[in-house]
Amino acid sequence: MKISFPYMGTSHIAFKMLVKDLGHEPVVPPKPSKKTLTYGTQNSPEFACLPFKILLGSYLEAIEQGAELIITSGGAGPCRAGYYGVLHQKILQDLGHDTKITVMESPYRDIIDFLGKIRSVIKPGGVSWWTFIRVFKKAWEKLKALDDAEILSHEIRPFEISRGETTKVFKKCLDIIDEAYTLKEIQEAAEVTKKMLKSIHQDRSRRVLNVGIVGEIYVVLEPFANLEIETMLGEMGVQTHRSIYLSDWTRENTGFESKANVIKAASPYIDELFGGHGICSVGHTVLYSKKGFDGVVQLAPFTCIPEIVAKSILTQVTHDYGIPVLTVFLDEQTGKAGLQTRLEAFVDLLGQKRDVIEGAAMEGIAI
Amino acid sequence: MSVKIGIPRALTYYAYYPVWKEFFEGLGMETVLSRPTTKKILDNGVKETVTDACVPIKLFHGHVLDLKDRVDYIFAPRFVSVNNEKTVTFCPKFLGLPNMIRSSISGLPPLIDIRIDLKKGRTELFKICYRLGRQFDADLLTIIKAYMRGLKAQARYQMLLNQQLTPVEVLNIMEGGEQPVQNTKESLKFAVLGFPYTVYDKFVNVDIINKLHKLGIRVLTAEMVPPKQLLSQAKKVPKNLFWNFSNQVLRAALYYLDNAKVDGIIHITAFGCGPDAMVDKMIELEAKQRGKIPFMSITVDEHTGEAGLMTRIEAFVDMMVLRRGLS
Repeated sequence: MKISFPYMGTSHIAFKMLVKDLGHEPVVPPKPSKKTLTYGTQNSPEFACLPFKILLGSYLEAIEQGAELIITSGGAGPCRAGYYGVLHQKILQDLGHDTKITVMESPYRDIIDFLGKIRSVIKPGGVSWWTFIRVFKKAWEKLKALDDAEILSHEIRPFEISRGETTKVFKKCLDIIDEAYTLKEIQEAAEVTKKMLKSIHQDRSRRVLNVGIVGEIYVVLEPFANLEIETMLGEMGVQTHRSIYLSDWTRENTGFESKANVIKAASPYIDELFGGHGICSVGHTVLYSKKGFDGVVQLAPFTCIPEIVAKSILTQVTHDYGIPVLTVFLDEQTGKAGLQTRLEAFVDLLGQKRDVIEGAAMEGIAI
Repeated sequence: MSVKIGIPRALTYYAYYPVWKEFFEGLGMETVLSRPTTKKILDNGVKETVTDACVPIKLFHGHVLDLKDRVDYIFAPRFVSVNNEKTVTFCPKFLGLPNMIRSSISGLPPLIDIRIDLKKGRTELFKICYRLGRQFDADLLTIIKAYMRGLKAQARYQMLLNQQLTPVEVLNIMEGGEQPVQNTKESLKFAVLGFPYTVYDKFVNVDIINKLHKLGIRVLTAEMVPPKQLLSQAKKVPKNLFWNFSNQVLRAALYYLDNAKVDGIIHITAFGCGPDAMVDKMIELEAKQRGKIPFMSITVDEHTGEAGLMTRIEAFVDMMVLRRGLS
């Protein structure tokens, strides 16, 4: 069977291997492009969020390549993402495609449904449950290697001596991880790519600003959706720390906060889970502020409900902690040049704020 | 002087006002309702709310501002669920409403932001009322009496709704107004669907219901479908939507589509409304699949002009008249 899946950040490299290991033919949707977006916006509701449109577009591209089944994730709301699968399926049907979308819902909600769906995928491929668990762990290892390389690239980029080198090396790293197949090869690739990134020529004497990235998961993870904001910021001399990675929940002790901690940090402002990553945006902003970050960028698709609520609460966080927050709502119309200008202005202000604080510290004044 | 509780005439007002009004009055307090929406209320709301919020949320801010200096408390509860459907809650903006209000408006009287989550159990509503009552030092007997009084009012409200009246007409009757005279000459029937707070706020949708009445159209809304009938539509969708009001709209649409009791369906949605983006497309596809009943969607926001809307409605009505061979 030809199986496709949503395109998000670098994760397709791991999913591709997983589908292959399960005895199916993976159909990797092309990297989202103008064409994807056109396909998506044409057939989506006007006020659907950007991820909905990009995903629909990439499904249509995958169908052009012959995908027979699309596997995606579900959700229990109240964020709209949990309903994507149903509506995507209806729209594909309406367009006359008989490709099926299998939505993986949380195993905690309905374990039988969850296992049944996995079975329906692994059985035709002739794969046993034992093998499934083994290859799934392997894919997870790959996902971690990919994320590790990306985290490192954002740390190094602001120090690079020749602009754009980190991005170039990072692309090579992705190819190396892509080629690794066995568990040992993946672990080796992870080491090699770390070394490659670390050996980029750097000027460590530079003063860099620290900016945390919070917001809705898809636009945070997919550079096409956020107009490569982390690369843009990195090249402006800003070290970005992203609050969400797909491989998040296994790395709680490597500088990443546990979800419980984040929710606790948000609790003085809101103690209700209101969908999506809304509460995390609030919690992470508080935590970034406590860790002394210079600013926070909140990314959200236009009309994203949880992030709108978070945005209005973040004004209070800024008021209490004095941390500047720039909210960027992204849609199919957002232009890169416009965003660049806004980011430059934001970074300038952060730099000046740092000057004032450092100047005061030198003169022994408390601010 | 008794304590004054302000109730904003927005969002859940159109669905759950009677129970809260009677409950608070049963506790011996005075309830103050914000004035019907005006340009000023809307403008004030727009000023205070984050730009990306939808017009109903901006209106809620406006209504809170209207009450701000006139009352001792403002009732802005956090609606989490109102029935026992497991995956159904409210739009995230309802879940974060009290926090949004607090962050956006300064100098507010205390908010009554009690959490209403009725899927916890059958006695949950009483527990909520008990907690509210204790907050105002009422004794158990008074709370029980007030609670019963609230339930009775809500039951009467539901009963009147079942007589094909709109919530606004019902609330008017309950305040002592007269039963509206039904026009028997009306020839076409339209289902006008949408969240109660966009369909019944005359200001924000430029009084679309009366405009349709004047064109000789009988208007049916989601609230006029008997609750049992509404619930039985749920099985027609593969997965329930997560939002209470959206489920009502989608189910009402399916009810009207399948029972073919209407000549057309108009969906009123607010600009940038998240849940509605999904609902609107679902209704559109369901209507297309059945191919019998025409469907139009109208988006309203803080700038909606009367003339533009009127043109669209007239065109839609003309088409229906042609189609039906009426004159």
